[in-house]
Amino acid sequence: MAGRLLFYGMIAGLLAGLAAAGFFSLAAEPSVERAIAFESALADSAGEAPEAEIVSRRMQKSVGLIIGASAYGAAAGGFFGLAFAFAYGRIAQDDPRAVSALLAAAGFIAIALVPALKYPANPPAIGAPDSLGERTALFFAMVLISVVSLIVAASLGGALGAKFGAWCGRVAQAGVFVAAVTIAALALPGFNEIPTGFPADLLWTFRLASLGGQAVLWSVLGLSFGALVHNDRCRDETMSRRSGLA
Amino acid sequence: MSDAVYNPAARPTPIPIGQIAPWLAFGGLLSVLLMYFVGAEQGATALIPGHYIHELVHDGRHLLDFPCH
Repeated sequence: MAGRLLFYGMIAGLLAGLAAAGFFSLAAEPSVERAIAFESALADSAGEAPEAEIVSRRMQKSVGLIIGASAYGAAAGGFFGLAFAFAYGRIAQDDPRAVSALLAAAGFIAIALVPALKYPANPPAIGAPDSLGERTALFFAMVLISVVSLIVAASLGGALGAKFGAWCGRVAQAGVFVAAVTIAALALPGFNEIPTGFPADLLWTFRLASLGGQAVLWSVLGLSFGALVHNDRCRDETMSRRSGLA
Repeated sequence: MSDAVYNPAARPTPIPIGQIAPWLAFGGLLSVLLMYFVGAEQGATALIPGHYIHELVHDGRHLLDFPCH
């Protein structure tokens, strides 16, 4: 059963990644092009030779974007299927579609939204190569802290519910998560590597499109995974009825 | 997570942890590898020399909030 859920997760994730790639190509690619134009103009005025093109822009914004987003989606879906395998039957929600939607909302918040609030997405032209290692390590650290905080807050459900009642227990759980990620976000260093003159509206549009694509990805993942598991369960029930087992 | 009112009889049976564990090891590793190749390979670190993977997934890497450049 867990193996099948992992497989469904990766399939739903692949679909979600394709949907996100579609959204990105409509809503974000114009910003990417503008940012690359700014980057080239900056390099020109500094007298730097243009970088050799290893993969053409046409390839990057089509095949490359689809490969990148669908691989990311499949990976997110893999974790998602495993999280579902653990959560299903262990939380107070019985409809697999509702469990799936709930998990997807939690995944969007913990994996995409919270890390992006601390380390927002940056278009080309932003970011010093010297700090890449540090920024990568801190970004993954923020994702990890956010996911661990979510798991800790979720596991406190029983204890907090018993102490404060069902509703206030839930609010307290959310409070634990928000407090933990806020402390982490305040404690970790920030970066400001935006070159002088970079258009503010371009930065805003790019970051908004980045979050929009993540919202598309997690919505499609949660809804399609739920539908897959729901159909599976309906088929199983029909088959056991036919064979006279139920 | 707990709810004030629910019917325990209708609760689906949880999958035992022992049955999830091997799939967690396999699926977790596979997903981490996929995410690494989209998000960090030939950027902060590199397993394969060159820039091809970085350049191919370039747009996705920027848009999915991974540090790039």
